[in-house]
Amino acid sequence: MNKLNWIKAIYNQFFQLFRKGKEEISRSPFSDPPAPSAMHLSTETWIKQYEGKLLLRQEIDLPESIFQHYTKLQYFHAVPSIMKKFFSIQCRRCFNQDKAHFSVLPCKRCQKSHLYCRHCIEMGRVLDCEPLYEWKGPAYVWPEHKTPCSWQGHLTNAQKKAAQKIALAIEKQRKLLVWAVTGSGKTEMLFSGIEQALQAGKRICIASPRADVVRELVPRVQAAFLNVSVQGLHANSRDKTGTAQLIIATTHQLYRYYNAFDVLIIDEIDAFPYHADDTLKKAADRAGRTHHRAVIYLTATPRDKQKWQMFNKTLPYTFVPTRYHGAPLVIPQWKMQPSLVKKISKDMVPPFMSQWFLNRPPHRQVLLFIPTLSLLSISFSVFKAFLLKEKIITSADQIAQVHAQDASREEKIEAFRRREITVLLTTTILERGVTFPSIDVLVLDSSHPVFDEAALTQIAGRAGRSASDPKGQVLFFYQTKTKAMVRTNQSIREMNRLQKLLLQKGEL
Amino acid sequence: MRNCVWCHEEIHAALHWKNVFVPEQKQCLCDSCENNLKKTGHEICVTCSKTSLTKQCFDCERWQKKYKNQDPLVKNISVFEYNHFIKEIVTKWKYRGDYEMGFAFQSVFKQTFQTNFKKMSSSPDIVPIPLSAERIQHRAFNQAEMLAGFLTRDIKQYFIRTQGEKQSKRNRKERLASANPFILRQTVNNPVVLVDDIYTTGRTLRHAAELLRKAGCPYVYAYTLIRG
Repeated sequence: MNKLNWIKAIYNQFFQLFRKGKEEISRSPFSDPPAPSAMHLSTETWIKQYEGKLLLRQEIDLPESIFQHYTKLQYFHAVPSIMKKFFSIQCRRCFNQDKAHFSVLPCKRCQKSHLYCRHCIEMGRVLDCEPLYEWKGPAYVWPEHKTPCSWQGHLTNAQKKAAQKIALAIEKQRKLLVWAVTGSGKTEMLFSGIEQALQAGKRICIASPRADVVRELVPRVQAAFLNVSVQGLHANSRDKTGTAQLIIATTHQLYRYYNAFDVLIIDEIDAFPYHADDTLKKAADRAGRTHHRAVIYLTATPRDKQKWQMFNKTLPYTFVPTRYHGAPLVIPQWKMQPSLVKKISKDMVPPFMSQWFLNRPPHRQVLLFIPTLSLLSISFSVFKAFLLKEKIITSADQIAQVHAQDASREEKIEAFRRREITVLLTTTILERGVTFPSIDVLVLDSSHPVFDEAALTQIAGRAGRSASDPKGQVLFFYQTKTKAMVRTNQSIREMNRLQKLLLQKGEL
Repeated sequence: MRNCVWCHEEIHAALHWKNVFVPEQKQCLCDSCENNLKKTGHEICVTCSKTSLTKQCFDCERWQKKYKNQDPLVKNISVFEYNHFIKEIVTKWKYRGDYEMGFAFQSVFKQTFQTNFKKMSSSPDIVPIPLSAERIQHRAFNQAEMLAGFLTRDIKQYFIRTQGEKQSKRNRKERLASANPFILRQTVNNPVVLVDDIYTTGRTLRHAAELLRKAGCPYVYAYTLIRG
């Protein structure tokens, strides 16, 4: 009998411990009831800076006394910045769980050692002894615009169909995947949905994994919505307050947001780093309103996961198989070039490439994709010497190279757009999201593993984007045929077939 | 397997006879990042380690003139020259507060100290330049103290810093006109090596050196990571 009691006591104690641990985990700090309302605050514009965000104390630009006052009122709610569950640790802001990205700092204030997150340190250090603050006070009421959209263009039938579906998804606060081929005018399709959301006084975010895409989108969206506050946020943007009603941001910037947006539009979901980084997906998910939100995913080249979801009918989707000007997609031509990389490193232009350059259509510019940074600098000098010798370009300024670490990358891209540069050599940074009206696209060594199916399809989609010149050329120079190349051509042919079919049915 | 603290690439340590039996000290920067750091060369000013063709650079001549040949600082030795890469590393380390970054300099900082200061007759006191309380509140660690910790366990805290305006936000003229921010706690009889992260004009280090000399310290040296 005694023994049994003893076992019972141990069991109870263990069970309690276990339950306690479980409760601690399930009790999310976000589920606390909101603070008592103070309606006079809801019109104050400074709330915009703090609402819907998870911020460090140093990011809250208030004097200590005022800050203390609001923390006492529970308007600023402190949550622990690094979560510890049993054996794992997680950064509250960036969802990082990788222990290699945590480090220990001996804090001189507390005389103790604390963990801090190195994954998101560029946005300000998340240290264990400093909590993150979220705004739990009265919510800011966003204005309802009557006629926000000043865009005058018109949509094709295929675009209209997709635009209606997007508007419906935004209204009903659902998820939707928009699968639209490259150059189909995805941005314009969004406008009616955004207009509707602005009329209802909702807050909108357009997120993209690429900063170049953000830079290109901001002026276009601002031109379409002249009276609405639009902000572009990326690592090097000047204005970082993020107070606009319509925000265009890189997905990394969403680490700061929590329960902020009614409508979340994520562009290029198949792009690096978004598709490979779980923390970005979680952050994007958290940036939307916790209960009622519409999420629109945009892509031209869905990955296998999304294809499976579409097939499975777990993700509603709409499909736009045609470009806005109605011409079919350009099908890449293949040119086998044995020992391609070797020839370039020996200061030779591969014969097939030199042949093409000598017979190229002179009115188009050339965009040349190169897989690696080291190969880029070699081939730049090789091609520069060759093109100058053959008088294809007249001065050395007409050829340029860009890569991710290039400080003057925006200026070069802008010069290429103004047609001051004829030949632009680039790494994969220009594979998506950028539009040049009349170009031929070459890929050097398309058998390199960085060129996967999505990348090659996107690269092929850079050609023939304008209605005045829908027939650019796309050439893959390769050493060995790869699965990615085969699947690229297959998928482009399939898109063109579907487009033809719809044309015959008269649905476009 | 370790990753580079700067570029997060994996570090592949080459196997050779040196590290077959005795494990090498852990490497924090990968080889390509380490090559971007530029060590101070041979053609440098004897007093402040600045790259200069003359024996003493123009800056040091001005200091000599100002102190009437009684410069409180005997010598400054720096490990690295200032360049864009080290600027970015220091920005991340100091201003973003990435403590781990500092370990990138650990082994080379220690080595250079031993080669330069081993000939001293008595072992010197290692004194890091302190931060103001306000700055500590913000940064949570002192980078100079971290560097001093690489050299010895017995760090001497001789100073208190009163005001905490950022030197890096000022120009040369404002820096040179700034008042002495330090208060010395005690008298000092040993030679002292002041440790700081960066020597730009030498104003801060000379403020500290002045006080030490007045308190009876025979020689004051400075050992800094970077010559700005």
